[in-house]
Amino acid sequence: MTEHANHQNGVEPATFAFAPDYLRQAEQFIAKYPPGRQASAVMPLLDLAQRQHGWLPRAAIDTVASMLEMPPIRVQEVATFYSMYVHHPVGEHHVQVCTNLPCWLRGSDEVVRACHDVLGVDPGSTTADGKFTVAEVECAGACVNAPVVQIGDDYYEDLDYETTKKILEALKRGEKPQPGSQTGRQCSCPAGGPTTLKKVAPATGGA
Amino acid sequence: MPKLTIDGIEIEVEPGTTVLQAAEQLGIEIPRFCYHERLSIAGNCRMCLVEVAPGPPKPVASCAMPTADGMIVKTDSPMVRKARKGVMEFILINHPLDCPTCDQGGECDLQDQAMLYGCDRGRFHEEKRGVQDKDFGPLIKNFMTRCILCTRCVRFATEVCGVPDVGAIGRGEHTEITTYLDRALASELSGNLVDLCPVGALTNKPYAFSARSWELRRTESIDVLDAMGCNIRIDTRGSQVMRVLPRVNEDVNEEWISDKSRHACDGLLRQRLDTPYVRRDGQLRPASWAEAFAAIAGRVKGLPGGRIAAIAGDQADCESMVALKDLMTALGSDNLECRQDGARVDPSVRASYLFNSTLAGIEAADALLIIGANPRWEAPVLNARIRKRYLTGKLKTGVVGPRIHLTYRYDHLGEGPAALKEVAAGRHPFFEVMKHAQRPMLILGMGALTRADGGVVLGEACKLAYAAGLIKPDWNGFNVLHTAAARVGGLDLGFVPGRGRGLADLLADAGTGAIEVVYLLGADEMDMTRLGKAFVIYQGHHGDAGAQRADVVLPGAAYTEKDATYVNTEGRVQNTRMATFPPGEAREDWKIVRALSEVLGHRLPFDTLAQVRSRLVQVNPVFAGGEVTHAAWGAFGESGTLDPAPFLSPIQNFYMTDPISRASATMAECTRVFIMAREAQGTGTHG
Repeated sequence: MTEHANHQNGVEPATFAFAPDYLRQAEQFIAKYPPGRQASAVMPLLDLAQRQHGWLPRAAIDTVASMLEMPPIRVQEVATFYSMYVHHPVGEHHVQVCTNLPCWLRGSDEVVRACHDVLGVDPGSTTADGKFTVAEVECAGACVNAPVVQIGDDYYEDLDYETTKKILEALKRGEKPQPGSQTGRQCSCPAGGPTTLKKVAPATGGA
Repeated sequence: MPKLTIDGIEIEVEPGTTVLQAAEQLGIEIPRFCYHERLSIAGNCRMCLVEVAPGPPKPVASCAMPTADGMIVKTDSPMVRKARKGVMEFILINHPLDCPTCDQGGECDLQDQAMLYGCDRGRFHEEKRGVQDKDFGPLIKNFMTRCILCTRCVRFATEVCGVPDVGAIGRGEHTEITTYLDRALASELSGNLVDLCPVGALTNKPYAFSARSWELRRTESIDVLDAMGCNIRIDTRGSQVMRVLPRVNEDVNEEWISDKSRHACDGLLRQRLDTPYVRRDGQLRPASWAEAFAAIAGRVKGLPGGRIAAIAGDQADCESMVALKDLMTALGSDNLECRQDGARVDPSVRASYLFNSTLAGIEAADALLIIGANPRWEAPVLNARIRKRYLTGKLKTGVVGPRIHLTYRYDHLGEGPAALKEVAAGRHPFFEVMKHAQRPMLILGMGALTRADGGVVLGEACKLAYAAGLIKPDWNGFNVLHTAAARVGGLDLGFVPGRGRGLADLLADAGTGAIEVVYLLGADEMDMTRLGKAFVIYQGHHGDAGAQRADVVLPGAAYTEKDATYVNTEGRVQNTRMATFPPGEAREDWKIVRALSEVLGHRLPFDTLAQVRSRLVQVNPVFAGGEVTHAAWGAFGESGTLDPAPFLSPIQNFYMTDPISRASATMAECTRVFIMAREAQGTGTHG
C-alpha cells in the first residue's frame, strides 16, 4: 500500500504563514507572471515554504493555494508529484539517493549500502539524533554523472561505496564536503578524458 | 474543412475535430477509457490508439489527434490491434481480478474491452499495486485499487461540478485519485462520477451489492424531484426501484442528474401509504376504498361548492390535476390552487411563469441576472449548464439574493428587492451589461416570487425585461425557475383560484371555516395549522405532513409507479412511465379521482389514460406535446411597495425537499454529512 500526505503524521502545524523575507521573495515570484497566471508560481512558492519550515506541512499547501487562488488539491498534486517536496519532518541533512535506472546501473545499490553502513538507517528513515534522513528519490536529472545523491541543495556525483562513505562521515563531523563529481572530472566531461576534438584543427582559408 | 479517410471511408469534418470524433461520425467505435465527449481531453489511457499516415511510424492516441487534410487512418490494422493489446496488458497489470465481487461487473468498460483486447493470461508476476480507499462521501463507494487513473472523475469535479476537490496525487506507480484531505465530495452532482468511472473504482454506495445489471428491468422516465424534468432511467427488480440513472437529453439534462434525483429512490420504500385511512376518534385507521369514499361523500355531498377547496402539491401529475379540476368544477368550486408555496406568478400569461430562454438557451446567453434563486440547490443540472457557459468566458453573471457559492463567479448586486429596483430603473452598472448583451437573460427564483410582495417583484422583473431588451424577436430572456415539477403543468391547466384569489385567501377561508373541505393532492409543503378545522382529504404516496393532518387518506402512486404527464420549468411536456406497481391498495392518481367522482355523483367522462390525455389537450393545446413552444409575451406583474427584506431561497436543505427525499435514508445521511456538518462549521453555501 502506498501512503500519501492525506494521512496524519502527528506533527502537522495548524497554521502556516510566510515569514516577512520569505513573503517578499514569494511576491517577487508571483510578480514574474502576468495577472491571472499566478498559478505558475506554485513550485517556487512551495519551495520557499519548505525552506522556511524545513518540510512542507499541509497548512503550507493551503497557504500557497490561497495566495495563488488555486484549489488546494491542485497544489497538493504538484507537491506530491515531485520528490523534492517532503511532507514530513526530515533531518538536518536530507540525503536523497537516486535509484532510478541509470543510477542503479551505475551502482546506486552501493550508495544505499554506504548510507546504511555509515548512518545505520535505510531509505525512508531518519537517524536517532535527527541529523540525517535518507530517502530514495525519482530521477534527480543528473544521469550523466550517475550515481548521484542530493544532500540539501548540493549534488554529489560519480559516487561509489567509498566516496559516499567519505561524504557522509565528513557531514557527520560537521564539515562540508566539496559537491560535484567525486572522481575529479569537470562537470560531465567524458570520464576518461576527451574522446573527440583532441587537437586543434588548422585554421582554414580566410584573410 | 479537412477531408480524411478512415478505414477506407472518406469523410469531411469540421476543423478541430479529432480523429476519434471523426471515426464516431462514421459509426466506427474506438475503445477509450479517459476520453469523454463532455470533458476536456486528457489522452492518458492510450486505449484509443490508431494508425495514422502521414505521421510518425507509431500508433497515435486518436482522442487527442486533430484531423488534417489527406490523413489516412486505420482503426483496425494489425499494428493497432497489437498496440491496444499492449495497452490493455499494462492496464490490467495493476487491476485486481475481482469482477465476481465488483459492482461494476456486467456494465464495466474495462471488462468489455478486455474481452476484445485482453490476453487470457498475465505475464506480470510481481506484486500488484494496492491503494488505500478514500472517503468520497455517503454516495460514492470506492475501491481505489481498481482505478486505472483515467482522471475522468478529476475532470468532472473540476469542470462540470465546479468543486475542484478531486485530484491525482503522487506520481508514477504511486499515483492515487483522492479528494482533498480525504473529505466527502461536496457537490450536488457527485453521483455522476459513478456513471463516468469506466471501472469499478467508484460505485454507487447505497446500491452496493444489491443487484446485478442484467437482473434489472429498465424503464425510461422523467424525474420530478425538481422542476427540470431530467430524463432518467429507472432500474427495477421485482417491485423495487433499485436505482435511478440519467438518460441523455441534450435539451434538458445532457447526461447528468442531481444526487437527489439519483439517490432519493430508497425513499420510495419507506413511509408509504399503501391503504386508505379514515380518521375515527381522532386517529387514522386503515379502511377500505369504499369506506374512505363513503366518508368523503358523507362530508361533501350537499355542501355548496364554494366551501370546498383543492390544493395540488409539488409532484402532482397533470392527469390527476385535470381530473380533480373537472371534479371541483362539477361540484361548483373554483377554489383550486397549484401553488402551495404561494408563488405570485401570473397564470394568465404563460410567458410569465416559464423558463422562456429554454435550458439549452443558457448556452447562448451572454449576460445573466439571477434574482432570488439558488440554482445550485433548486436545479443543480441547470446550474451546471450555467457553469458550462461561464467557462467559455462569454457569460457575465449578476446575483440579487443571498451570497452563495454557485460554482462560477458573479457580481453580487444586493440581497433584496432594492437592488432589483436599481437595475430595473437602469441606475445600476449591471443594467448596461444586460442592455449591451446579445442574448441577455434573467432567472427569477421562488425565493423572490413566494413572498407576499412576489407580484411586485414579478412586475419589476417584467419592467427590467422590457428596459434591458431581454425580449427580442428570436429571444426571450425572461425566465422563472420553478422548484416543483408539478407547477407549470398546474398553471397550464388553470389549476388556480377564480376571482383573482390566491393561496392566502383560500387558507384564510379555511381558517375562518368559510371553506369546510380541503382536498390535498399530494400537498405537503404547507403550514397545515392554517387549514383550521377543515375536513382534509389527502391523496398522495407518502405519510408526510399532509397525511398526518388528513381526515381521509387516499393512497396514490409515486412518480415511478404511474404513466403521468409533467411539464418542466421551460414548458416541456414529458411523460413518466410506470416502472413498478403502486404498493398495496394504492392506485394511480387520476383513477382515484375518477372513482371518487362516481361516488360523489359527478362521474368524470374518462375511463382510459388516452381519454384523460385528450382531455388535457382540450384544456390546453400545449399538452399535445412535441417541441417546446414559445409562449406569447405580454405585460404582467403588479405594482406596489416592495418589502426591503432580503430574498431567501425556499430550499434550506437540498437533500430533503419533498416527501420522497424526506423518507430516504440516503438523503438523511447526506443531510448529516453535508448540511449539518457545514452548519456546525458555519461555512455552508449560505455562508
